[in-house]
Amino acid sequence: MKELHRPRVAVLVFPGSNDDRDAALALEGLGAEPVLVWHAEDELPKVGAVVLPGGFSYGDYLRAGAIARFSPAMRAVADFAADGGLVLGICNGFQVLCEAGLLPGALRPNESLSFVCRDIALRVERTVSPFLAGCEVGQRLTIPVKHGEGCFFADGDLLAELEEAGQIVLRYDGDNPNGSIDDIAGVVNQERNVMGLMPHPEHAVDPLLGSTDGALVLSGLVEAARERLLAATA
Amino acid sequence: MLVRPKPGILDPQGKAVENSLRHLGFNVDGTRVGRLIDLEVEASDPEQARAEVERMCAELLANPLIESYEIELVESA
Repeated sequence: MKELHRPRVAVLVFPGSNDDRDAALALEGLGAEPVLVWHAEDELPKVGAVVLPGGFSYGDYLRAGAIARFSPAMRAVADFAADGGLVLGICNGFQVLCEAGLLPGALRPNESLSFVCRDIALRVERTVSPFLAGCEVGQRLTIPVKHGEGCFFADGDLLAELEEAGQIVLRYDGDNPNGSIDDIAGVVNQERNVMGLMPHPEHAVDPLLGSTDGALVLSGLVEAARERLLAATA
Repeated sequence: MLVRPKPGILDPQGKAVENSLRHLGFNVDGTRVGRLIDLEVEASDPEQARAEVERMCAELLANPLIESYEIELVESA
C-alpha cells in the first residue's frame, strides 16, 4: 500500500465566502493538500473530506445559507456525504448544512442582535465522530467565534432526539455568545460524518494568534481524510 | 407571502423594535418582525397558484423549523 502523505481536502468557495483561504492554510499546516472548489462546479475532485468555510455566501440573503445550498457543488457535497464522506461546516458552512438538511436544526440571528467576535470556551460533549476523535469528553477548548447568526435552534422534540442520539458534540462553556438553545455550539448528523460548528477552528491553529485548539478539530478531519483515501486506493 | 418567526421562537429583532417603540412612548407588546415577499405567478386558477406558492414556501421562502407563513392571492389585471 502506498503511503499517502498529504490527503486532499476540498474547501468550497461560494460568492461571499471569506474564510476559505484561512481554512486552506490551516489544513495545509496540518498535513493536508487543500483544494479550493468553486461553488459552480458540478463535481468534487477526488478528496478525502470537504470543508464548507465561513463567510457570507450570497450575502446571507433570505436566511444565512439558504441560497448557497442550491449551488451545483452542494449537490456533489450531498452525494459525498451520503456515501459516508466527511463534511465539516464552519460558521456559514454550518448554516448552509442546516439549510441543506444535511444537519438538523436551524441558525437564527444572535439573541443580542450584535455581531460577536471573540475567543470562546467550548466543552467537548461527545468524541464519537472523527472530527473530535483527538479530544476527550469534558475537554475545554478555546476557539474564536465571529458571527451574527449563530443562535442554534431545535424545537423540544428534535432537541431531545439530538441529545438522546449523542449528536450534540460541542457546547459553549459558561459564556454563550449567541443565545443558542442548550448552549449548543456544534452538532453532527446521525451517521456522524457531517459536523457543523459556529466557532472557527481554522483561526486557532497558530500560537501567535492565541489558541491552537482548532488544530485538534481539523487534525481529526485530516486524519480521517487520509484513511478514507487510503482505503479507496487499497 | 408573509413569513414570520413561529410563536414561541425568540425574535430578537422584534424585541429591539419593541424597545424602541417604548422609548417613543408607545405602549406595545408582542412585537414580531417578519418578511413580506411579493411575486407574480402565472396560473390557470387561484388553486393552482396557491399550490405553487405553497411549494415555494416549503422549499425555500420559509424555514419550517422556525418560521410560519401566510399566503395572500391577488389577481393581476
